[in-house]
This record gives sequence, C-alpha cells and structure tokens, in this order.
Amino acid sequence: MCKCSDTLIPLPGVITAITEETPDVKTFRINAPEGGKLFEHMPGQCAMLCVPGVGEAMFSITSSPTNKEYQEFSIKRCGELTNCLHGLSVGDMVTVRGPYGNHFPVESELKGKDLIFIAGGIGLAPLRSVINYVADNRADYGNVDIVYGSRSMDDLVRYQEITEEWAKRERTNVYLTIDRPQDGWNGHVGFVPSYVKELNLNAAATVLLCGPPIMIKFVLAGLLELGFSKERIYTTLELRMKCGVGKCGRCNIGSKYVCKDGPVFKFTQIDELPDEF
Amino acid sequence: MLKISTDRINELMDAIASKMDLILPVENNGQVNFGIYESGVRVRLDALKTVKSAKDAFFPQSETLYSCSKDLKNLSVTPAKLMDRPFAVFGMKGCDIRGLEVLDRVFLSDPVDGFYKARRENGIVIGMVCNTPWESCFCKAFGVDCTEPGGDATACVVGDGLFIEANNEKGKAFLEMISEVLISETLADNCIMRDTVETVSKDGTEKTALEDDKEQSVSKDGTEKTADADDMEKLRAHKESIRRITEKLPLMSLSLKGWGTETPKDRFDSPLWEKLYKPCLACGTCTFVCPTCQCYDIKDHDDGDSVRRYRCWDSCMYSDFTLMAHGNPRTSQMQRFRQRFMHKLVYYPQNNDGIFSCTGCGRCIDKCPQSLNIVKVIKAFEKEGKENV
Repeated sequence: MCKCSDTLIPLPGVITAITEETPDVKTFRINAPEGGKLFEHMPGQCAMLCVPGVGEAMFSITSSPTNKEYQEFSIKRCGELTNCLHGLSVGDMVTVRGPYGNHFPVESELKGKDLIFIAGGIGLAPLRSVINYVADNRADYGNVDIVYGSRSMDDLVRYQEITEEWAKRERTNVYLTIDRPQDGWNGHVGFVPSYVKELNLNAAATVLLCGPPIMIKFVLAGLLELGFSKERIYTTLELRMKCGVGKCGRCNIGSKYVCKDGPVFKFTQIDELPDEF
Repeated sequence: MLKISTDRINELMDAIASKMDLILPVENNGQVNFGIYESGVRVRLDALKTVKSAKDAFFPQSETLYSCSKDLKNLSVTPAKLMDRPFAVFGMKGCDIRGLEVLDRVFLSDPVDGFYKARRENGIVIGMVCNTPWESCFCKAFGVDCTEPGGDATACVVGDGLFIEANNEKGKAFLEMISEVLISETLADNCIMRDTVETVSKDGTEKTALEDDKEQSVSKDGTEKTADADDMEKLRAHKESIRRITEKLPLMSLSLKGWGTETPKDRFDSPLWEKLYKPCLACGTCTFVCPTCQCYDIKDHDDGDSVRRYRCWDSCMYSDFTLMAHGNPRTSQMQRFRQRFMHKLVYYPQNNDGIFSCTGCGRCIDKCPQSLNIVKVIKAFEKEGKENV
C-alpha cells in the first residue's frame, strides 16, 4: 500500500524518463525522490497523478508489478491536465497517490488459462501491466494471443517488449492492425472487432478487453457470437474520480464505485449494473 | 443528569466555551445555522431546524487537505493538521445525529478518512429533543425518534429547566467537567448533577433507575440537595407528548416499501423519473442542506508560491460533476436527479445493511425552490405501484 499518511495525501514523485509513444501518447517513468518505487501495486490498479495548481486525475499503472525499479503511466493528451503533463521534462516532479481499485485476478482466475488480450488505441496501457506480469511468470499461464489495433501506424503504441519481443516467444501470437491502409504498412488492415472474428481464436480462452467504448461494444458482440462466455471476459471501466476510495460520490454506477469496486469488471458483473457509463 | 434553569443557559454555554470550542445554533442575518459560540452571538437553541444540517462540524463545507510547493523541481507535500482538541456540538436533533451515522459508514469505512475521523473523535455531540416538530418532518419514517436523539449526551428543555443526560462515557466525562465549572463559578444554584444507572430488574427486563446513593446534587452554598424525582417524570411526560404530536404529522407515516434492498430492478429505467425531474433547476440546494449528502470535490487554491489542495462539498445535481475529457455518463438533468434519489434510497442501502441515506429532516421540502423533494419521489412511485396492481 501507499506510504501516504492519509489516503488523500499524495507523495512527491520524480519523472525519470519520458517515451514518446505516438503523437499524442507519452509514457512517463516515475520514481520516489530517494529512488525506487513509490508503492507496490497489482496489474490493473490505478493511481492519482497531480500537477499542483493544474489538476489531478486517475491513470492506470501501465508497468508490471514485476518491475521492481519504477512505475510507468502511458498518458494520452486530451485535456487540461494531460496537456500539462505532456509539457513536463525528465527531472520534473508530480504528486502520486495510490494504488487504487481492484486488479486483474492474475493469481487466481487467470492462472493456468489461455489468455487473449484485445486492445484498441490507448486501451493497451492498462493491459500492458498484465501482459508483462504474465511474461514474467510465463509458466503459470497457457497460450497468449494479443490483438491490438489503432487508427493508423502512427497511433499504435509500440511498447517494444510487446510488439517485438513477445511476437517471437513460444505459445504467443501478436496480431496488429490499423483501421485504414497506409504506405509502409504491410500488416493487417481493418477494425479490431472484425479482425478478432477473422482470427479463429479459442473460444474457451479468457479475454481481457480494453479500448474505446464503441470498440468494446462491437468486440464483445463478436466474441459472444463466437461462443465466448461473458463470465470469462474482463474489461476496465473509467469514470471521473476525485478521491479514489469510494467516498467522493463521483464514479458510481448503481451501487458500485469504479474506483473501489473496479476498475476491473467481468461482463457478467457489468450486466448487473444500470446502463449509465 | 445535569439540570439548569433556562434563564441560565448562557452561563452554561460560557462554562462549556471556557473548556472547548462550542458549536451550536446561532442566528445570523435572519438565518439559524450551527456556528461558533462567541461573544455577541444570538444563540437559538429554540430553533427546530437550522438551514443547513450540523454536518459542517465534522465534514466542513471546505477544508484544506495539504499544501504543496509549486516548484516542480522540488515538490514537497505538507499535510494539513488534523483536529486535535475537543469541541462540543450542542443541540443536534435526532435527524442530524442519524445523518452522522450515515456519514460514519462512508468516512470511517476502510480506508478511513483521517480528517473526518479526527473530528468525530474530538467532537462531543449533545443531542436535543425536538420540542416543536414541523409538518415537513418525517424522521419517524426512517426510524428516528426525535425525543431520543442520541449523541454523547442528550439535552431537553422542559418548562423552565434544561436537562442534560449522558448517553456514554464521553458524555459523562463532559457533563462532569461542565458541572465542575458551573459549581466553581458558583452558578450552580439551579444545577443538579445526578447519575442514572442501567439496572436489570429481577424479571430480567431492563430499566433505567436512579441510583440514590450516587446522587451528586450540589447547590450554591455547597449543601447537597435531594434529586428531584418529579423532574424525571416531567421529562418522561414531555417526551410522550412530543411523540404524540409527531405521530399526527402528515408525512410521518411515509412508507418505504419497495425501496432499499427490496427495490425492483426496473426502478432505474422507470419512465416516472422523466416526469418527476422536470421542475429541477439543478441548483443543488437540496444537497447542501442535506445531513447525509457527502459528495465532495478536491480542488486547488493558488497561494502564489504554493498550492493548497482543499476539498469542498459538491453536488451530483451539477452537470460537470461527472464530466470527463472524453465525455459525460450523465448528460441530462433527469439522470442526475435520478442518481440523487437512487443513491439515498437504493444504492446506499444496498451497500449499508439496508440503512437509508435519508433521515427525514425535511430540509429539502423546506428549501427546494421548485418544491421537489424526496417525499414527492417516494409517493409518486407508491402511487404508480398501486395503479399498476
């Protein structure tokens, strides 16, 4: 858990590396000022990042807990705070509090299973934490398929260990796709939902699905057609949050708080929630 | 039990204030709200309802969480000091004390909110029996007895006497401390301190009885005075008469059948919400006067060299409450209106052993500029249920 004195009091963290992943996505590496990680987390958990005077928001922790040196956040530029974060440099400090929320059941329900990761756009960021956790505990899991798509070549977040190293490993397939044909792209062209249907994936596998709501909707429909079970399809939800601990009243869907009861949900659980997200 | 003549209430308040901060109903610009007791304030213990509930005393409308330097090369975080000295909140009614219990389940559940906890631990709640419940009151519907408001101690005005009885160790220590001040200030000629103890009679039924040999009646000249058994009877009769008035109030019989954990699944999708929300102006008044609304925002205040991060009350009735860079899950006022009532009557009970997040204080009835309120919502669904049978 966090070394914070109170769950609402953050710790200062230092940006120790910045990777420009796409024109609007940067990955920030964050360390404690004295070195090392600010806190431990599990795959799928989130943390609040704040630039004092600008704002604070919840981001998924994209690095795996098996990384013992630092934590990473992949952040898409889309609002006031994320614009400001994109303007920061290595050596600048932010405040961090967390980790918040539940996590993917890597030590229980996912263990020993064939896993299919399906991501669209920045949706790969929360899944990267699990993917690398599985990589570092490879013997504990079955076959792994990774399907990842973006609008264009430029918008593919190319985490090197996933798109390069993972693709070469045994019992592992990495499928990349972009929405429209583009010069210099020899890979698959088409939207993620239709690509998923073409791939003839194992319907008994467990699916971890993250991306824009519209993509999730169509991928889910496709998976159900192919015979996948909602009981074995996980996703993460995102709503506006202030506290991170289910008290500020902002991120509820029915009686569930996304910050505390989520962000990871099975589709069987989502079916129980009112349609308000 | 402490008894003091009502014409000496200010002396009692001075005695409390000599020991700790005292928060109680005071009148300002024609409005009565809980405020600090200081010289010149107009104490209004007689007012039934303060405009806002007493939740400010434990969950202030705004409070600093920490301050932070603005130098991004050298950031440091200084947490705000937690409440560390005792204070008394005098005159909370049963509905507002129930409100605190509702807030406790939010703020004291894991992970505990340290700021709220520090206030709860240091705050001494002196409840007060309602003498004149209004037509807009419906606390009884939520199981609140306004003649037994609870708190660490309970006060009641009967005739020309103010009685204060301790409900727990914290209240007992408080009363003992205050009595000492009153006695040493020789203000105690009308002050009687008396212990009541729980006894179990031979047939096993519990009853509260006076423990005669522990009476500590003290008068001005220091001689012991016999405790007045008549006072106990007067108090009992007074509470009984209030209960009878309460039972006749129009909203007290409000039925909560079909809400809480037994709410039908299709309640969320009912077309009734669309009809009910229309007059709502999204002003948020209902949430600000409510003793249980706990939604908050966390914001920055720029002090120049540093930034103070503070939290302040927010309202689910506001359009930007759930607004994100990539969209808003509640784009219409109907959705926001529905959220507020579903939270109080369905979601909160689902998460809290069936307990409702409404205490029947009736402030939303008194204050909504459009005459919308929780009673209207409950009755509309009750009516619809009957028509559909």
